[in-house]
Amino acid sequence: MNKENFILQAAELYKTYRLGKANVDVLKGVDLTINKGEFIAIVGASGSGKSTLLHILGTLDRSDKGEVSFAGQNLAKLKMRKLNKFRNKTIGFVFQFYHLLDELTVLENVLIPAMAQKSVFGWLFSRKTAKNRAKELLARFGLAGRIGHKPYQLSGGERQRVAIARALMNEPELLLADEPTGNLDSETGNGILKVFETLNKAGQTIVMVTHDEKIARRAGRIITLVDGKIENNV
Amino acid sequence: MYKFILAFRYMFRKRISYFALAAVALCVFIVVVVMTIMNGLVDDFKQKNHSFTGDCVVQSESLVGFAYYEDFVEILDKENFIAAVSPVIKSYALVSLAGSSRNSGVEITGIDPIRHSSATGFGKSLYYHKNNTSKTFEPDYEPNLPGCVLGIDLVLTRNAKGQYNQREFILQKALVVSCFPLTAKGALSKAGTGLVNTKTFYYSDNSHSALASADSSVIYLPFEQAQLLCGMAGSTKRANAIHIKFKSNVKLKDGCGKVAVLWDKFKKAQQSQKQAALLDAVSVKSWKDSRRSFIAAMEKEQIMLTIMFVLVGVTTVFIVFVVFYMITSHKSKDIGILKSVGVSVGGIVNLFSNFAILVGLLGSALGSFAGWLFLLKINSIEQWLFEHFQFQLWDRTIYAIGSIPNRIEVDLLAVVIASAILACLIGAVLPGWRAAKCKPVDILQVSQL
Ligand SMILES: Nc1ncnc2c1ncn2[C@@H]1O[C@H](COP(=O)(O)OP(=O)(O)O)[C@@H](O)[C@H]1O
Ligand SMILES: [Mg+2]
Repeated sequence: MNKENFILQAAELYKTYRLGKANVDVLKGVDLTINKGEFIAIVGASGSGKSTLLHILGTLDRSDKGEVSFAGQNLAKLKMRKLNKFRNKTIGFVFQFYHLLDELTVLENVLIPAMAQKSVFGWLFSRKTAKNRAKELLARFGLAGRIGHKPYQLSGGERQRVAIARALMNEPELLLADEPTGNLDSETGNGILKVFETLNKAGQTIVMVTHDEKIARRAGRIITLVDGKIENNV
Repeated sequence: MYKFILAFRYMFRKRISYFALAAVALCVFIVVVVMTIMNGLVDDFKQKNHSFTGDCVVQSESLVGFAYYEDFVEILDKENFIAAVSPVIKSYALVSLAGSSRNSGVEITGIDPIRHSSATGFGKSLYYHKNNTSKTFEPDYEPNLPGCVLGIDLVLTRNAKGQYNQREFILQKALVVSCFPLTAKGALSKAGTGLVNTKTFYYSDNSHSALASADSSVIYLPFEQAQLLCGMAGSTKRANAIHIKFKSNVKLKDGCGKVAVLWDKFKKAQQSQKQAALLDAVSVKSWKDSRRSFIAAMEKEQIMLTIMFVLVGVTTVFIVFVVFYMITSHKSKDIGILKSVGVSVGGIVNLFSNFAILVGLLGSALGSFAGWLFLLKINSIEQWLFEHFQFQLWDRTIYAIGSIPNRIEVDLLAVVIASAILACLIGAVLPGWRAAKCKPVDILQVSQL
């Protein structure tokens, strides 16, 4: 494996939550390398720390110890501004509960990452391109007819596809998904997984968290989290 | 851009935002209405005092008055920053209607009607001689009789709407005025003899200065007659005050300063004169200082009212704060999502400030408009209430108010609107900042449970 090939590397990650006087050691030395173009599934029992790990990889949270580097850059060293930019440009997040903004339309939700780092003027200049990309994404996921709808008017599967479109808006190098099918029936969930497979075939790097072995098998590589450590890399 | 879109959506899609809006609008409405009325009343009162006094007064603190006033009037007449000068006699007297034994105490003011009308608003306060002030002291029913002008409340009553029951033709009334003449040393000049000077005057006009204190106690007499009655017309004549009006381009402070300099020079020049000591009791005052005691009471009320409204403002900040606190707690999921796609803390604070400015702007626009509308109609509303329910905000038989002042001052409005927006910002930025500082995982995780 040469250096060009991996985009994200985690070494010796530790994370402890403090609940009152009790300490919950969630991660106890996680090592992980993610290569470009991979589709990885992280599996583990509920409460094993999968979400925690994913959040740390995506810079939504920090580890107590250890290092996450992206393309050779230590993420812990990034200043707030750079970190925001990193979240915006490089990472795309998909959550179990979709997490769409209720007040915005489907199209606006997808456009949020494109607006997040831009001034009003910057936005006015790039608006057309961004809108086209958002519409194209939504069309690709079969949502062309719903761009003006509000999230509450959509089904779970549709909402999740909107969330995926939002995550892909800025063409992130890494797509992180936390139980993306966890709230959906198996048929709808299957649809979402198919979307992931298609994206991966087109070169998208994906890390997906799931507690379901069957779903995990759809990924190219499975990582099992047991007792705060990676058990085996298949 | 999301900052504006979301701010707008929060404003118009959340019912709770309308409560914040209503709180701001209501507050702006109340402040604009009450401050406009209060400022109007104070300005009106000041203006009446100004009109009553002229711009500047050279006055003696003593009822004895001061001598050599004629020379000083001559000096003032020559100054070209001065428009008019009016020497005045002031004293107290007992008055009774001829044939009646009932006396009442009044202030007498001896004036030259032409001079006094040019120096003050006296002429305009008259009813029958408004446009003919030279004949002020000539009763229409017998122009050769010595006339007197009565403070309007001494002769007329008001109807419930606050209007005086003026008569088209003046009624003949003879008033016996008794005055206590004083010598230059301040002693009663007729001690041991008849003591008082008494003369009968005939009602020739009434004066409505709209200052309750003046209208209910002042009788104007011709200058020479008053001077005679008060024992000031001896070999060295005396007066109590000189009222001065400046040319319109002269600033009050500058004018009064110049008069004070002239007075000091004059006083020094008179040092060797026999009654020079009387000049020491004389001071030069602007109309504001001269009427200080009256205006100060009114201004104190104004300040108290302003303080009260600062408290109303604080309450609004608190309401807005609570509403924003609720909205940010309600919208913490949105904040987490925005942060997860790379929006900064500043961006989120900015989003909520935009929302706050929107609430502040809309609220004050609404409140100002309602206030404007209400003030526009306030007099007709009051009249309607009076006609149907006999209700009056100010009992016109007691208060010397014509209509309720309702001219909104632009700078007051600007200050109120700016404060409203500032209040919203204070109320919004704090909870916005608190919410923005949270780690996105904490928020998103919580909403997962
Ligand atoms: N913010 C937190 N504070 C305290 N404990 C937490 C927090 N987040 C997660 N945990 C605990 O850490 C453990 C791992 O959580 P999580 O990473 O969500 O597990 P998974 O996603 O594998 O179900 C759980 O026991 C959970 O209760
Ligand atoms: Mg989880």
